[in-house]
Amino acid sequence: MPVYNMEIPGNDAALISAQRAGLVACSHCGRVYPPGTESCGRCGSGLDPDGRKSLQGVWAWLAAGILVYLPANIYPMLRTNTLLDSSESTIVGGAIELFHHGAYAVAAIVFVASILIPIGKFLAIGYLAMSLGRRSRMSVHHRHMLFEVVEFIGRWSMIDVFVVAILSALVHLGSVANVNPGIAAVSFALSVAFTMLSAQSLDPRLIWDADEEDR
Amino acid sequence: MTTELPADFAGKPLIACPTCDTLHVEPSVPTNHAACCRRCGRVLAAPRENAVRNVLALAVTSTILMTGAVFFPFIELQAAGLHNRASVLDAAMAFSQGIMAPLAIAVAFLIILIPTARLVAIIYTLLPLVQKRQPYRFAAHAFRLAERLRPWSMAEIFVLGVAVALVKVAGLATVSLGPAFWAFAVLVVVNVLQDNTMCRYTIWKSLETTRR
Ligand SMILES: [Zn+2]
Ligand SMILES: [Zn+2]
Repeated sequence: MPVYNMEIPGNDAALISAQRAGLVACSHCGRVYPPGTESCGRCGSGLDPDGRKSLQGVWAWLAAGILVYLPANIYPMLRTNTLLDSSESTIVGGAIELFHHGAYAVAAIVFVASILIPIGKFLAIGYLAMSLGRRSRMSVHHRHMLFEVVEFIGRWSMIDVFVVAILSALVHLGSVANVNPGIAAVSFALSVAFTMLSAQSLDPRLIWDADEEDR
Repeated sequence: MTTELPADFAGKPLIACPTCDTLHVEPSVPTNHAACCRRCGRVLAAPRENAVRNVLALAVTSTILMTGAVFFPFIELQAAGLHNRASVLDAAMAFSQGIMAPLAIAVAFLIILIPTARLVAIIYTLLPLVQKRQPYRFAAHAFRLAERLRPWSMAEIFVLGVAVALVKVAGLATVSLGPAFWAFAVLVVVNVLQDNTMCRYTIWKSLETTRR
């Protein structure tokens, strides 16, 4: 697709942010208003008077997400009853079991979605929130890329909850085999939701403020 | 240090990149061109030819597929002469017993209700635009809702979940996929197409100019 050249106000060399120009911008549609405007005339979103959301929400949701992630790993995700025995499996246990059955690809999906991604997200959001407005070893462009990855990938952790739902709905074979959901499914689902909310509360414009300081 | 700038520049309003806040003069982008932020590279506007009409068509298709996907069985299982089938609704209701009931509601929202609500909101917003009429009341609210719900619409994740579940029970029983699974899989592809065709900036602008 051909590229349309965006025009910037003022002299062509200096990019300038709405905040530095003393204006407030709508974070939904981008329309810019004089300071003090309360809501966007184009899309109707409320405008934050400071032009930036605060970090309180990010930390609060992140703490909640980490807190409920712990029981998700301790309690069973699935309870399986077959003719011969009954067993309970945790998140890690489920992945290991798949691995022993030789289903390496699926074991890898489960391991990545329910262990690597959640922990990686906690670390990434914490790092981004702490490095805001500062120079850091990671450039602003890379930090923003990290943020996009967190936002994009975060939702996929919910796959484990859906697998539990599908198995519990499907495997009801009288006395032969039965699968029931375990309580960890609830705390895992909450953890994914809280972490998504934490990432959504992080205003990406705060990340780019550090770039402005360099000029 | 602040640099004084008026909210409109040489008579043209300004827009700021929602990602990095960099000011640009409001563009009038020709169709099939992409306008990107000068600092961070985010696509600010990428109008396509007949995009609104195409997005509307895709949304209607999705709604039909969704209806089919919810009620027909999507997976069937056979073992030791026993037989069981489950619909998408059954999967959501798997948690409905005991203290996990709120999770049943949440799952129903994530895989059925939110995707459907988004489709309805998009159709509501775009239908008058395609017919070149005034937008319906609260069209901006509806479109904003559709945008806000986007990360919470998880049909595609559910489809991958079905694949994982299949492997998990493969040793235990014979599993076959029902018509609803394929409807759901097509729905996911249609949704991706729809999200890629839709230029939010163009829709906001046309909502604004046709209003009043
Ligand atoms: Zn707006
Ligand atoms: Zn930008």
